[in-house]
Amino acid sequence: MRRFTLTVLIFLAAALAFAAGPATNPVDRWQRVPPRDHARSNPLAATPETIAAGSQLYRTHCAQCHGPAALGDGRKHPSLRTDHVRSASDGDLEWFLRQGDLAHGMPSWSSLPPTQRWQLIAYLRSLP
Amino acid sequence: MLPRPFFPLLLRILLFFALLPLPLNPQRLSAQEKPYFVTYSHDLEEPGNLEVESRTDLARPDASTRFAAEATEFEYGLRAWWTTELYLEGQTTPADSTLFTGFRIENRVRPILRELPVNPVLYIEYENISGADKTLLEVVGHDSQSDLAVPNAIARRTMQHEAETRLILSSNLRAWNLSENFIAEKNLGHAPWEFGYALGATRPLATAASPHPCSLCLQNLTAGAELYGGLGDAASLTLARTSHYLAPLLGWQATPSMRLTFSPGFGLTSTALNRVYRIGLAYEFDQFGSRFFARNGGAH
Repeated sequence: MRRFTLTVLIFLAAALAFAAGPATNPVDRWQRVPPRDHARSNPLAATPETIAAGSQLYRTHCAQCHGPAALGDGRKHPSLRTDHVRSASDGDLEWFLRQGDLAHGMPSWSSLPPTQRWQLIAYLRSLP
Repeated sequence: MLPRPFFPLLLRILLFFALLPLPLNPQRLSAQEKPYFVTYSHDLEEPGNLEVESRTDLARPDASTRFAAEATEFEYGLRAWWTTELYLEGQTTPADSTLFTGFRIENRVRPILRELPVNPVLYIEYENISGADKTLLEVVGHDSQSDLAVPNAIARRTMQHEAETRLILSSNLRAWNLSENFIAEKNLGHAPWEFGYALGATRPLATAASPHPCSLCLQNLTAGAELYGGLGDAASLTLARTSHYLAPLLGWQATPSMRLTFSPGFGLTSTALNRVYRIGLAYEFDQFGSRFFARNGGAH
């Protein structure tokens, strides 16, 4: 039993050590995007249907943290209507959605089919 | 069609969920999770979210009567890379008894905070369950259908303190999820390590979202299959006398906050149950943690 407890403690310590990554400066975020991903553009045309579908996805997956109007909560959950987000390429946003930022609470959305990630990006691009 | 003795239990389960305080925040919800019953993918609970899921197994061992085993799961996202869970378990065997069989506490951690072609997740679980437990949350060692045929009065006398570890490897390839779990379980008292596996693949039936809210549309349906079974134990690392199952899966995101899953499993070896029907019903409460940790803006 003592050996098991020790194993559990080592496991948790190792997990915390791995997971506690360095703080990420948002300005640097897009610089970490691989060039091939950065150069990608949204394969979906920004039609009203695509944007409406992206809006539905936003309400389902994103609004709980970033707010219904994508303005964030002023604390942990950032606004998505910022120059920083607008300055990102489509490929940057798709890469970030796929990767997430697990150290800072943003889940990876790689589980969404690629088409839905692009629909979501079309919606984000439509925000004023 | 389900056998009649199961209906009272199912009714109780449905009633339990009907009485839950559902509209904590009804306007949303997400559901990254796949409709697996045994396999885990690298999808973790979103930070601050609580998911309550009822998982019911219906089966009949060859030498016994039918049973229904229930595991109620409380899954909470502590961090984007760390999910913790509590299971409460019970079972009912018509013409025998209905009893609470124990609990499990489990943690899943993503050690690498990037999305990779194959994503590892570390899993560790403590089980405190009686021998009467019939939930098939994993199949390891030489687990057999005869274990499930012991009368409750005898089986409940044995308490099992076990540790289960898994190495979860999971990939999202386009719309597909492919997951492989390698399981090692140890009775903390006196038994050798037991090993098992679970492999799964799922895919949504439509990859594009609808521009309109919809419930019964293909994007909300996920289909797949899982294969799981035992690999013997440290004293007898062999496939002889091990149980293996193949189970098609169907998941339906009925509303943004509610997910239904169904899986008919088929035993592939003589020691496995011929069939096991699994039904899952899950509700997710978004940002549940922020109700208690509002000072920090909820989980982060």
